[in-house]
Amino acid sequence: MRSTPELDARTGLEKLATYPYQILSWVDDAGYPVSVAVDARVNAGDLSARFAAPAGLTVPTDREVSLTGSHIRPQPGYGYDERRHVTVWGPATVSGGTVAIAGRTAWGWDEAEVPFFEYSERSVGKSRAYFDALSAERGTPVKPKLSFGFLTLRTTRLPFLTATIVPVTLGILIAASHGSFDPIAALLTIIGACFVQLGLNTANDVFDTLSGADDANVTPTQFSGGSRVIQYGLVSLRQMATLSTVFYVLAGLIGLVLLATHGSTALLVIGVVGFIVSLGYTAPPLKFVYRGLGEIAVALGFGPLMLLGAYVVQTGGALAWEPFVASIPVALLVALILYVNEIPDRRGDARAGKRTLPVRFSETTVIAGYNVAVVAAYVILVLGVVLGVLPIPVLLMLLTIPLAFKVSRGLAPNYENPYGLMAIMGINVQLHLRAGLLLLGAYLIVLIVGAVAPSVSLFIG
Amino acid sequence: MAIIPEPVTKLLDAALVGELTVIDGNGRPVTYPLIPLWDGEKVYLTSSTLFSRKLEHIRGNPKVSLSITDPDAVGGAIDRATIQGDARVIEEDPHGGWERLLPIWEKKEPSIVYFLKARVALPLFFERALIEITPRRTFYWSDGDAAAAPAVTTVGTEAA
Repeated sequence: MRSTPELDARTGLEKLATYPYQILSWVDDAGYPVSVAVDARVNAGDLSARFAAPAGLTVPTDREVSLTGSHIRPQPGYGYDERRHVTVWGPATVSGGTVAIAGRTAWGWDEAEVPFFEYSERSVGKSRAYFDALSAERGTPVKPKLSFGFLTLRTTRLPFLTATIVPVTLGILIAASHGSFDPIAALLTIIGACFVQLGLNTANDVFDTLSGADDANVTPTQFSGGSRVIQYGLVSLRQMATLSTVFYVLAGLIGLVLLATHGSTALLVIGVVGFIVSLGYTAPPLKFVYRGLGEIAVALGFGPLMLLGAYVVQTGGALAWEPFVASIPVALLVALILYVNEIPDRRGDARAGKRTLPVRFSETTVIAGYNVAVVAAYVILVLGVVLGVLPIPVLLMLLTIPLAFKVSRGLAPNYENPYGLMAIMGINVQLHLRAGLLLLGAYLIVLIVGAVAPSVSLFIG
Repeated sequence: MAIIPEPVTKLLDAALVGELTVIDGNGRPVTYPLIPLWDGEKVYLTSSTLFSRKLEHIRGNPKVSLSITDPDAVGGAIDRATIQGDARVIEEDPHGGWERLLPIWEKKEPSIVYFLKARVALPLFFERALIEITPRRTFYWSDGDAAAAPAVTTVGTEAA
């Protein structure tokens, strides 16, 4: 993979002409490079650049020389930005005090064209080759490093655990509002569910590496494109697979404990389906995300399955409409996190055969899909209240509508700009988190009112 | 200790960016913009392992030059210089070995300390090799104009 776009001599010269001066370089007879600033008249039409011969120096005509343009914009107290450079190589002729260079090849980088993060991602192979060569030279593996804390954070994608903690805690609080609460089982449920998500996150990296999807993605962001610890050589594929297995085993063990102590047919069914959805998200043969079913799998897993699973642990298997209806807005908002995060990944995903919805559909359809789903989340919430299934305080979630507007409005202008989309993805994550926290707050209100004024109903009808 | 003409050291101290020119396997000059870090004796530059092709070139041919040409990068000064020297790649510890130059780097690019604290976001950028240049000869254009011959100085040494 090239780290910078290929430049032909003509394009290189056109770019070179935009710099206020050029740096002429050649290798002198002593074998050292010499560089001198010149004011060249560039003619991209005939692939040439001409300038006055520098005084006191002899420009060779028997070897290739180069002309470089380089630019930064100083930012006092910060450093600089607007980095760009271009170099054109070719043979020189000297006549009558004028040097003429015939441009033959060119190379350069402009961060306005290839953002620095993309340039870095495109260069990851170079870093891998560097460490491979250093390892071979020393006869012992040399790898890039991160502190244990940072490596753990990056490898597990720990901050995304809110996607699990919100629905599970909500299920526990709804059960508590129905009179069922076992704190130890609640804690075990949260820990077990977190292990499921950690297993999913790490398995996702393993299978996306095996499929080539993560390698093909040169515009990852902090919200998309996987953890990339395998691509960066920080963790091996085998280590990641082992870690994923450990997480799933721990989740399974906790699941068995909960089945043994709070077991029910409902919990068994939810546990088995949850495991299949989690592992089948990227793993063959199911590979939901490769079939355009990833968003549905995530909605199901981080919505009804998590929430109802936590609920039935507390109730001993009794099911109710309220936790199911409450899970739907949560499910839609979490699926929309994935949905928006897939937008910058869509080219890499398409190359790897990952047929996500943003890969399958046009920009207009994808944005319309976001709007429909986010409106549905709020409509279902309100209907739940109106029909007397959900308590009135859950309407607090409506306070997040401005965030939904921000995301909706931010998609179109940033659709082709992964790094511009980062802020929108961040707001989208906040939308799910804040909506979830407001729902949790709503059920705390229900619990408090239930405790201090049991005769007061917070349901319509 | 290397003795470099004072105007050249002033440029080295001020420059936010310089142009490192190395020689590739075909004998061609290849130029990379980098931040020059001058410790009073040698010129240092750092290279992320992401952009390590220059390191391969230096291992193949250690003869390099560093030019400082951009008035915007030196606070508006119009003089220019090129330093020829012998380069050595220092890569005992790509993870942290280069950090000894952080105080000099921070003076030129204060934000680097902030970025380093957040190295989890771009870990490979902070896996870096050091390029140490021992100066051999300097070219200095006092008015920055190549129409006048540069003052050429062979770098001497004195006991440290």
